[in-house]
Amino acid sequence: MIVALIGNPNCGKSSLFNHLTGLRQKIGNFPGVTVDKKVGFCKVSDGSDIQIIDLPGTYSLYPNSLDEQVVLEVLANQNHPDFPDLAVIVADSSNLKRNLLLFEQVNDLGIPTVLALNMLDVANEIGITINTPKLEKLLGIPVVEVNAREGIGLEGLKLTIFRALENKSIHENLDLITLSLKENVGKIKERFNLKTDYTALQFLSQTDKLGFLKPKDVLFLKELATEMNFEADEFHTKEVIDRYKDIGETLSQVIEVEDEKHSSLTLSQKIDNVLIHKFWGYVIFLGILFLIFQSVFTLANYPMDLIDAGIADLNNLLKSILPESKITDLLTDGLIAGVGGVLIFIPQIAFLFAFISILEESGYMARVVVLMDKIIRRFGMSGKSVVPLISSMACAVPAIMSARTIGNWKDRLITIMVTPLMSCSARLPIYTILIALVVPDDKLFGLFGYQGLVLMGLYLLGFFSALIGGWFLKKFLKTNEQSFFVMELPTYKKPRWKQVGFTILEKVKTFVFEAGKVIVAISIILWVLASYGPGEGFSNVEENVTKLHPELNGKELEHKISAEKLKNSYAGHFGKFIEPAIKPLGYDWKIGIALITSFAAREVFVGTVSTIYSIGADDADDATIKARLRREVNPDTGEQVFSVATSYSLLIFYVFAMMCMSTIAVVYRETKSWKWPIIQLVYMSALAYFSAFAVYWLLK
Amino acid sequence: MKTVADLKEGEKGKISAFLDNKLALKLLEMGCLPGTEVKLEHKAPLGCPYCISVSDDYQLSLRKSEAITILIEKNDSSSHR
Repeated sequence: MIVALIGNPNCGKSSLFNHLTGLRQKIGNFPGVTVDKKVGFCKVSDGSDIQIIDLPGTYSLYPNSLDEQVVLEVLANQNHPDFPDLAVIVADSSNLKRNLLLFEQVNDLGIPTVLALNMLDVANEIGITINTPKLEKLLGIPVVEVNAREGIGLEGLKLTIFRALENKSIHENLDLITLSLKENVGKIKERFNLKTDYTALQFLSQTDKLGFLKPKDVLFLKELATEMNFEADEFHTKEVIDRYKDIGETLSQVIEVEDEKHSSLTLSQKIDNVLIHKFWGYVIFLGILFLIFQSVFTLANYPMDLIDAGIADLNNLLKSILPESKITDLLTDGLIAGVGGVLIFIPQIAFLFAFISILEESGYMARVVVLMDKIIRRFGMSGKSVVPLISSMACAVPAIMSARTIGNWKDRLITIMVTPLMSCSARLPIYTILIALVVPDDKLFGLFGYQGLVLMGLYLLGFFSALIGGWFLKKFLKTNEQSFFVMELPTYKKPRWKQVGFTILEKVKTFVFEAGKVIVAISIILWVLASYGPGEGFSNVEENVTKLHPELNGKELEHKISAEKLKNSYAGHFGKFIEPAIKPLGYDWKIGIALITSFAAREVFVGTVSTIYSIGADDADDATIKARLRREVNPDTGEQVFSVATSYSLLIFYVFAMMCMSTIAVVYRETKSWKWPIIQLVYMSALAYFSAFAVYWLLK
Repeated sequence: MKTVADLKEGEKGKISAFLDNKLALKLLEMGCLPGTEVKLEHKAPLGCPYCISVSDDYQLSLRKSEAITILIEKNDSSSHR
């Protein structure tokens, strides 16, 4: 049994979904944050499980963007795998008239419906009372009161869903069939085996939006429309006006409004006076960004140091109690060093997602859209691109998917193309470690940490290059498509901390398990590649070193042997192979190995570096990653490998480089062609290479 | 002919007609029917987009190019709150 949750943006649909299924996912205040299909399960009264689908928020069945189109495609297609047995329409009671438009449309498609009246508390506050039993009677379908924010009324809803599934009845609201339509609507119903006249009319008026139709069906519908002079827009307008008239008549019997109606907007408007103020608006926005970076760097440092030291202690402990063997080496230098490289970044990722989820939950994100629209439009995007761009600070993959709310194809494509330039959380580990190496841990004016400032600088660099990239793409892409900006501004809401907590938990879990899987696998492969080598060059290392350096003994000899072993290992050969290409950027073959392994996912870089440099390092002082890198010297010149020039060159390289398989995959999926991900990969790699080159030679 | 773009911050007007058919449909669906009272709440710092409240129930944000397609009858008596 499939039950679909349907409703306007910001009606509380996603909250209700969470309460019903207990399956946690992101809910935002921004219109259309539900970009993809979300499914969960819920036990109903007889103990059986029903499947619940959370459809994207929309105002009507007539889509203006891709995620709204999903709603039409699921509901108008009886053969769709997600076609619901029952639709629960979630309505914002403080604005019932508009919410009932969608309700009537879904109802008229012949899908059994239940109406869930949400946000009655808000309605009451502004002086609106609703006679629910009477509404139920007039609409002819079950109506339930719920409070999705607090999770009240869920049992009643579940019971109603259960009963409605037992006894499916449909109720058509509006007869839109004029005499001239009658015969042809019959033809459509027959051909596609449709239940209601309204579904047939949807087939006729939105033929192009129904992706499931076969070419010959499209032809049939188009010919029919021409033959009968059917004007889709005219029909649509008439439908909306007739429905509002019908809804108005119904509501006049059930809604009572106090003489002195209070506006629900007063508080939000007062806040807006400040937050979208000509001057303070931008100051506050920048201030918020600044706060995010400072806390990501400074506050997160404490737990990070603890984790780093903890991993080092664990490694030393294992080395001291386990017998010396290949297996012990694999465990400590390979596995634990690699896993440590993942775990250490949990605090920063948690902080970042906490901030982003608070921005969305509170409704502030929509104001940022307003603040930035005019500026960002010059760079080929829309204010709505701000949401993908900001979410991309966490991860480009969901960010690129959230670009679906942008109706205009060109705006959307440019947004997708430049979004990966924003620094994501996977770059954070690399930034952190390199900044800690070369930026002094001092404070400017005793207040702002230099390290935090450099970090913010890197993020800004990513942001500005995204803008410039957009400006270039704008010159090359042409479109005549008409699209609209208009969107609803949600009222400000206190973030639900539980929700924020769940978001953090979910994201950290995803990072640890998804990224962790890859990192652990690569760590082990890397350890093998670094511990074994081809032919005699590798097996004779010990002999050769002893012969060549008779003066060495003890620790020094051991070091020299490990270093030579790494050089002659498989990994060493890989690194050496690409060394000529990366030497101009200031990297040696060891960094080369890390560049290769991090091609699939950037976060692997730190794990790799940590594994490579722990091979041959056994002093307890060298246990933390930072210390190991600082210690590393070029054997030929005696200079520090991670010098200022090399470290900044690496930082810049990672700001621009497109090193993420998942992003490439999602761009392919969202643009439905290989052309765009390939262009993106090429331009970002070139940008990374040449910028890193320039930085290295400037600083050297 | 007055449009929403002619309103000053804090001024109100009643929607009388739409000049852009496609946008009209979208606005109708969002609850902006002819006769509905709208109030210009804010202009974004750079003069665009606008934030309007619709019959004191909810707020929309729209660009200037969109606001000039919404015709209004200015409601002078209630231009202040």
